[in-house]
Amino acid sequence: MVLGTYKEAVSARATDKQIQKVSQDGGIVTALLSYALDEGIIEGAVVAGPSEELWKPEPLVAMTSDEILSAAGTKYTFSPNVWALKKAVRQYGLEKVGTVAIPCQLQGIRKTQSYPFGTRFLADKLSLIVGIFCMENFPFASLETFISEKMKSSPEVTEKMDIGKGKFWINALGEDIGLPLKETHGYEQAGCNICPDYTAELADVSTGSVGSPDGWSTVLKRTEAGISIFDQAVEVGIIETKSMDDVKPGLPLLEKLAQGKKDNAKKESDSRRELGLPVPF
Amino acid sequence: MLARIKRFLGLGGKPEKQAKPIKPKDDESSQQEVEKVADKPRIGYIHLSGCSGDGMALTENYDILADLLTDMVDIVYGQTLVDVWYEDGNNQNNPQMIDDMPEMDLALVEGSVCLQDEHSMHELKKLREKSKLVCAFGSCAMNGCFTRFSRGGQQAQPKHEAFLPIGDIVQVDCAIPGCPVSPEIVAKTVVALINGDMDYLQPMLDIAGCTYNCGCDLQKNIVNKSLCTGCGTCAMACQTRAIDMREGRPEVNIDRCIKCGICYTHCPRSWFPAEQINKDLGL
Ligand SMILES: Cc1cc2nc3c(=O)[nH]c(=O)nc-3n(C[C@H](O)[C@H](O)[C@H](O)COP(=O)(O)OP(=O)(O)OC[C@H]3O[C@@H](n4cnc5c(N)ncnc54)[C@H](O)[C@@H]3O)c2cc1C
Ligand code: SF4
Ligand code: SF4
Ligand code: SF4
Repeated sequence: MVLGTYKEAVSARATDKQIQKVSQDGGIVTALLSYALDEGIIEGAVVAGPSEELWKPEPLVAMTSDEILSAAGTKYTFSPNVWALKKAVRQYGLEKVGTVAIPCQLQGIRKTQSYPFGTRFLADKLSLIVGIFCMENFPFASLETFISEKMKSSPEVTEKMDIGKGKFWINALGEDIGLPLKETHGYEQAGCNICPDYTAELADVSTGSVGSPDGWSTVLKRTEAGISIFDQAVEVGIIETKSMDDVKPGLPLLEKLAQGKKDNAKKESDSRRELGLPVPF
Repeated sequence: MLARIKRFLGLGGKPEKQAKPIKPKDDESSQQEVEKVADKPRIGYIHLSGCSGDGMALTENYDILADLLTDMVDIVYGQTLVDVWYEDGNNQNNPQMIDDMPEMDLALVEGSVCLQDEHSMHELKKLREKSKLVCAFGSCAMNGCFTRFSRGGQQAQPKHEAFLPIGDIVQVDCAIPGCPVSPEIVAKTVVALINGDMDYLQPMLDIAGCTYNCGCDLQKNIVNKSLCTGCGTCAMACQTRAIDMREGRPEVNIDRCIKCGICYTHCPRSWFPAEQINKDLGL
């Protein structure tokens, strides 16, 4: 299945105005992790928090909703969240940990859960993993090139970054500046070129922007744990939903992009194999 | 009982499956054919040049240990666990001789082997003869781990300098790296053995031939091959915290690295068990 195994797809957003204001899309990640924290389903969450350098995230073990909120918004560069899971379990002593992960991070986490060779009493403490869709990621230097060289702006005045409608966007000083995605090609991380997973297929719940209108997110409910927490959050009114059939552009676009990513990954993997290089999938 | 272990491990009830026979990697001896692992496997825990950390990990499965030892497996050899060991020469306190070593379905070998220690070499070769499956249990046995740094010159045996992963001396069928291995992987492996779930064990068979590891595996085999995504799994898994993530790439402090191989083993870009993961997640 091109979107992985899921039980139901919906379009959704957080009802909390504060979350809506700072979140990338529907605020699903922030709302779900905060709700899980309030309900005691998790005791803390590893998120991509701010660092001393603007737009360069640093994994943060968030122990409060405010800290989770401080990490809202997409940073289009590396945040090695999996690394901090150990900190959450060892230094913070958490028994139930939540996290947000892009597909490659999920691959590392899930492999650790199935084969916990050297990670004693860690994998069983990961209680909720919210996956986010990902087409590709960028080295920080690539972002600098886009913003400073190609868009003639600067990270300091940039308030939001987003990819959508064929462009890489920044909002700087109240103005939206778009860079055609064509111009970003060749600047993405090379490891992404063999990545076959667009929709975080191994997450408990996956979410992303594609498929839903601005301010809303597309959500795929996958595992029992994920379905249960998402449905609970909807029931108590933290998250509101619309049927995927009622929103534009809906699942067909998501499926098309996911298939495209798989096809490209296969092409690249095949050509690497031809060179005699190793490819894990 | 098995149901309880599976619950403990978070495994769904798996259909009983006939184990595929494991092909010996060379035609050394026909005794190595494994048809189907016995329902109550006879297990040996052999301690060479190791620190007992892996044996302790085994015993840390507190919830299931008593039942495991009494109902699920027979530990037929193991000095620390069951006070059974065998000697080269005559010893009044222990009349068991190495040549009488019992047959085992699985021998878990902890520690590397010292070339200058005749007894260890003898014990290792004999257990290879007597065991259907030899498992390098922990990183020292698999790839040498920190015994790679040994160089002799110390009391009381200044000559004891060469410590090799056991795969350099005998054929090894499967390996469980870790320094130490996690209690969970021990339990999962034992359950897979009892169920004859060779699919689960396959990665451990595949890496058995790998007798050298180091933090530089990441740079050489992952980053240099354009496979790294900066996920951070290697840094999470490193048991000595020798890895920092810088600009989305692992940076190994080689003075801190003990060559256990855990970073490379856990990296999702070294090998990836997609089917097993989907099965475990119920996806
Ligand atoms: C590199 C990257 C590429 C993406 N590509 C796509 C795409 O092609 N199509 C699509 O539909 N969606 C994509 N997304 C997801 C999308 O941008 C939003 O992150 C997602 O919709 C969640 O929005 P939200 O409002 O629910 O989350 P929010 O409530 O805003 O929370 C976002 C969460 O994401 C975490 N996060 C931010 N940056 C990173 C990072 N670099 N690594 C790990 N976690 C991070 C934060 O910690 C925060 O918890 C991508 C995200 C990333 C990080
Ligand atoms: S495209 Fe794949 S490999 Fe690249 S950052 Fe996204 S999930 Fe990771
Ligand atoms: S870097 Fe860490 S995990 Fe990797 S081999 Fe060295 S000690 Fe082991
Ligand atoms: S685990 Fe592998 S892919 Fe992930 S950061 Fe480490 S070397 Fe890179």
